[in-house]
Amino acid sequence: MNGSLAMVPQATDYLRVLPEIVLSIFGMAIMFADPLLKERPPRTLGTLALLGSLLALAATWVQAQYPGFAFWNMVRVDAFSVFFHFLIVAVTAVVILTSFEYMEVEGIRAGEYYGLILLGAVGMSLMSSAVELVLIFLALEISSIATYILAGFRRRAAISSEASLKYFLLGSFATAFFLYGVALMFGATGSTSIQVIGAALSSFEVPALAYAGIALMFVGLAFKVAAAPFHIWTPDVYEGAPAPVVGFMSTAPKAAVFAVLLRLMFEAHAPGRIGLIWVVAALSMTLGNLGALVQNNVKRLLAYSSIAHAGYLLVAFAAVPDSGIPAAMFYAASYAAMNVGAFAVVSHFSNAGERYVKIEDYSGLSSSSPLLAAILTVFLLSLIGIPITGGFIAKFYVFSAALQSNLVGLVILGVLNSAVAAYYYLRVIVVMYMREPRGEVPVSAVPAGMGAAMAVSLAATIYLGVLPGRVLDYAGRAVAEWLH
Amino acid sequence: MAPVATPFFFYLLSLLTLGSAFLVITRRNPVHSALALILGLLAQAGLYLMLYAPFVAGVQIILYAGGIMVLFLFVIMLVNLERAQREEQFNKQWLVGILAACALGALFVFVFWKGSGLFPTSLEPMAEASNTQQVAELLYGPYMFAFEIASLLLLVAMIGAVVMAKKRI
Amino acid sequence: MPQNYIPIFLFIAVVGFLIPVTLVAAKLVRPENPHRTKLMPYECGIDPVGSSRGRYTIRFYIVAILFVVFDVETIFLFPWAVKFKALGVFGLVEMLIFLTILIVGYIWIWKKGALDWV
Repeated sequence: MNGSLAMVPQATDYLRVLPEIVLSIFGMAIMFADPLLKERPPRTLGTLALLGSLLALAATWVQAQYPGFAFWNMVRVDAFSVFFHFLIVAVTAVVILTSFEYMEVEGIRAGEYYGLILLGAVGMSLMSSAVELVLIFLALEISSIATYILAGFRRRAAISSEASLKYFLLGSFATAFFLYGVALMFGATGSTSIQVIGAALSSFEVPALAYAGIALMFVGLAFKVAAAPFHIWTPDVYEGAPAPVVGFMSTAPKAAVFAVLLRLMFEAHAPGRIGLIWVVAALSMTLGNLGALVQNNVKRLLAYSSIAHAGYLLVAFAAVPDSGIPAAMFYAASYAAMNVGAFAVVSHFSNAGERYVKIEDYSGLSSSSPLLAAILTVFLLSLIGIPITGGFIAKFYVFSAALQSNLVGLVILGVLNSAVAAYYYLRVIVVMYMREPRGEVPVSAVPAGMGAAMAVSLAATIYLGVLPGRVLDYAGRAVAEWLH
Repeated sequence: MAPVATPFFFYLLSLLTLGSAFLVITRRNPVHSALALILGLLAQAGLYLMLYAPFVAGVQIILYAGGIMVLFLFVIMLVNLERAQREEQFNKQWLVGILAACALGALFVFVFWKGSGLFPTSLEPMAEASNTQQVAELLYGPYMFAFEIASLLLLVAMIGAVVMAKKRI
Repeated sequence: MPQNYIPIFLFIAVVGFLIPVTLVAAKLVRPENPHRTKLMPYECGIDPVGSSRGRYTIRFYIVAILFVVFDVETIFLFPWAVKFKALGVFGLVEMLIFLTILIVGYIWIWKKGALDWV
């Protein structure tokens, strides 16, 4: 402040938030063009959104050339935030590709859909670079509100509105917890900047209020990543929401919230970290996998699997930062690749009105469409954690990071859970390959956009499984640059 | 300047807030609940005044007691009141709810008791008259990015409201 | 705080005191003979039918929530106006960006017909 009121940001400040600027300009352009283009084919706006997300990907590269703080320590661009920016924007582009077909089959003509995806991506990518709790809260709200609405986009299905409403009510409650935590943290340390909080909390005496603050913030964030015991909403919301949207909201916002949690836990030196994480990770893994065992709906099954994967990822949070953070980053990336891919297949297969989402509907898919069955099999094997897929490497690094930190109990629990998880993923594969095809389930040809989306996620899943070195190196360097 | 009867006003306003919050959840008629909520929000505005934050108090009155209460009343009129009044007011989980609330309360009491020495005993005196100016200096200075992002949040909320409530989009 | 707000509290106290007093005084002074006919609508009034607590159309909800959104916008304008001169040209630019983003939303709402009443 110091008397000079006219504070004008530098040009580099803007370059450091360039992906957000590009995404919001395209998001607003879509909102602006949507009512004007009433008669044109709806694909125009989708193409515009795709263009926007690809440009944002390029903008992420530009942003990476200017590491540092922007807007008076509100935003921090480093290799860590660039990693999550890239991940979130790439997921956004792939989800837009999967949405083309879905929108046509379902007859949804609303351009708001694409606008909301882009605006939501603004919030998510900002969460990974914001280092100020007020800004993090605003970004979290943008991403949450966008996903609440996207969940209700199957307007003719009551189940979709139910999903949207449930998600909205519980989600706002969770956000209130987060905000209360921020307030208490401000009371304990006198600042909302993560750096200042970190400096205050690394001193010898941690204010008791900070424990309550961290606990409340953690409740809010754990809800958003669907970690037990804050996971109750997940199956219902994932079942009701449109399939491409589920692919989006189970990956991009989760990655963003994990980025915030990583900053909070390791840069702000959250007190009482290990105990908190231990309980939540153990509960998420166990409840997620046990719940998935009895599901007949593929979307519900993947919802429970998503809870379990949040648990595996949280294991890395309990480990020492030098090996835990890269493991968590890698896990977020490979989970995004395989889950977006799995939901792309589910979305293509489900047909109009999402009629075919039961496991029995997949019987004999290997003979009616061998390619689709093979692609889904790869994603499911990756979700189990079979070698040469990204899921294996991700689990391997998370568990080895945990072992290095002497978290033997958590690792044993995680490995046991992975064995249980293999059962329900394999059940889908068995149904696809061992059963007779059911005649009444039509399998249409995969359109170009959907095909591209599947190819990208497949390539990413295999790449992360076969050549994980570059991504792991990058994550390791990012952490070294961040913490030391 | 020596504050006059600060504890008296603090306890008066806090009691008003708590009492009206209790009325909000126990009244059967939602309109009565809404009126009690207005009282609680106004009492909170009084508490903000006591913290030397007249701007926040003004926002509280304009936005919460004004805007958001209008929204509440409209929503109350959208639901079928007669049916809502006949429905059971509390569900079967009230015992669990009370336990959870008590646990949370105990946690806060514990934190307060253990950390009472860590609370700032008195805030640095701020010039009350320039509170709004101070907010402006921060909001349009170092927090300008958050301010612009807030408009994006409002935009998303606007879209959400229309998409959810409009019959044909 | 209180010094500056003592007049307000005095007003509140006076209101809290005056209303019961006038009501009680009126009760004591007025003649009292209630009758059913006095409670009925008179002259051109129509006998009430049904409950007044009918359900409103959802359109009110859109109007109400848009009101809240733009109410928040007004709150942001308020401190800006107070410091308008000191913030200089860049302050104006900031506010214009803020308003542009919201006006995009407003135009969208308008064109979408969310404000039409039919």
